[in-house]
Amino acid sequence: MIRYAMVIDTKLCIGCGDCVVACKTENKVPAGLNRDWVVEATTGTYPNLQTEFRSERCNHCTKPTCLYACPTAATYTWEDTNIVLVDPDRCTGCGACIAACPYDARLVMNEGYVSKCTFCHHRVEKGLDPACVASCPTKCMHFGVLDDPNSTVSRLLATREHKAMYEETGNEPQVYYLT
Amino acid sequence: MREEILITVRDNYKIDPTVSAWGWQVIADLFLVGLTAGALIFTALAILGRKEDTFAFTAKRLPLVGLISIGMAMSFLFLKLTHKQVFYSFFLAFVPTSVMSWGAWLLQVVILSILLLAMAGLRQGYPMLSGPVDKFGIGRWALDLAEKIKRPVAWLSVIMGVIIAFYTGTLMTSLDARPFANSGLMAPLFLTSGLATAAAVVLLGSRGEQERRIFSYTLFGLIAFKILLLALTLVNLASGSKVQIESVQMIFGGDYTQLFWVVFFIPGLLLPLLIESFGLRGKRSAWMAISPILVLYGAYMLRQLFVDLGQLSGYIDYVNTYNPALLDLLRMH
Repeated sequence: MIRYAMVIDTKLCIGCGDCVVACKTENKVPAGLNRDWVVEATTGTYPNLQTEFRSERCNHCTKPTCLYACPTAATYTWEDTNIVLVDPDRCTGCGACIAACPYDARLVMNEGYVSKCTFCHHRVEKGLDPACVASCPTKCMHFGVLDDPNSTVSRLLATREHKAMYEETGNEPQVYYLT
Repeated sequence: MREEILITVRDNYKIDPTVSAWGWQVIADLFLVGLTAGALIFTALAILGRKEDTFAFTAKRLPLVGLISIGMAMSFLFLKLTHKQVFYSFFLAFVPTSVMSWGAWLLQVVILSILLLAMAGLRQGYPMLSGPVDKFGIGRWALDLAEKIKRPVAWLSVIMGVIIAFYTGTLMTSLDARPFANSGLMAPLFLTSGLATAAAVVLLGSRGEQERRIFSYTLFGLIAFKILLLALTLVNLASGSKVQIESVQMIFGGDYTQLFWVVFFIPGLLLPLLIESFGLRGKRSAWMAISPILVLYGAYMLRQLFVDLGQLSGYIDYVNTYNPALLDLLRMH
């Protein structure tokens, strides 16, 4: 399996929301629905507070519980990678994947089928970055193959402190945040 | 402190502000499938024990109640699907890792089993219904066949009843992203609850004195065991992972404490247990009919709470400040 990963530098992210707009534009996500979003997380005790901005989306886990839960095989991985996709022609909208995703990263389209972030695989197969990464004005987002030690994502994760969200779920999420 | 605020819009349907992908249709489905499972098991045991005369309602009339239940359950499940036009996709694949996929296939065997049991009991249980069926050659042949093979079907029914009741609980357990429902005890809890609902239906429908007396004892035992399993489930959650401990706090001092204990536990479990304890003396008064009704109510509420609180619990806890009404207010000015 080729593991694609996204690495987001929380020290550079300013929470502008360009990634959200880029995703909606690129993927024609209907009004009122979102495949990605930005979280402002504040921790600490006043006056020693720390704030980080996190651009979040489907984590394209290598052990995706949503895929395991889907009863119709509508959820599948793209070409031996960890990119998790949904086939609208097989999705019944039963909601099993929504209940199984610990990141609440799925959404129900107006037509009734379930959708989610695709890591813009239609761009990735042309050698391009996902729209959110390409549009980031602070260049805080990076995308690439994790198994390639020379890729930007591998080098960043090798040299910087990082975290992934709720790793205790065992899903092995592939969106990392540099801290 | 730890505060996580969504600073871009996220108001995804059935996801925000809290997950609500599964509504009353799934709750009703779990309840009715549980009732069918109980009907399968009790009817099959009456047939296998050659006690069809003693347990006349259970052996001959209960299967039709189960058949109607499973029919309604399937209808509700269909109503729940948000992309109905491809509902047949359930039967285009078998996904071994998906509990729901197992359920989709197993339910076909369950429907067949309960149909055959209902047909086997139709002539004696519902002569008004069997009359028209017997007028047609194929109908007569089908009823004859069902009566002939009822013992092997009963063996299959006991197994399928246990499996399908376990399925309803395991469906909840398998969703480990929903901590409140993620306990291994859900399967036996839902099986016990399914048996209790079927026993309650027998007590409501049966006129046989011995049948009612034995099901009085049975229902008392099942309610007591259900309370024990529920207590163990809560202990299991309270001693689990951080998210499980947080989730169970919803009913121990949290927003759902009164709903769980006052609206569900006392009227749905404790009160029927108390009423059924009077039945242990051997005489069942007319006023005690309230008890099986409360058992049915409790069984529905049990599923409602585990589905709803399961969806309310999770890993994500964002403060979603987006208020769609604000847009309307802006437009007004």
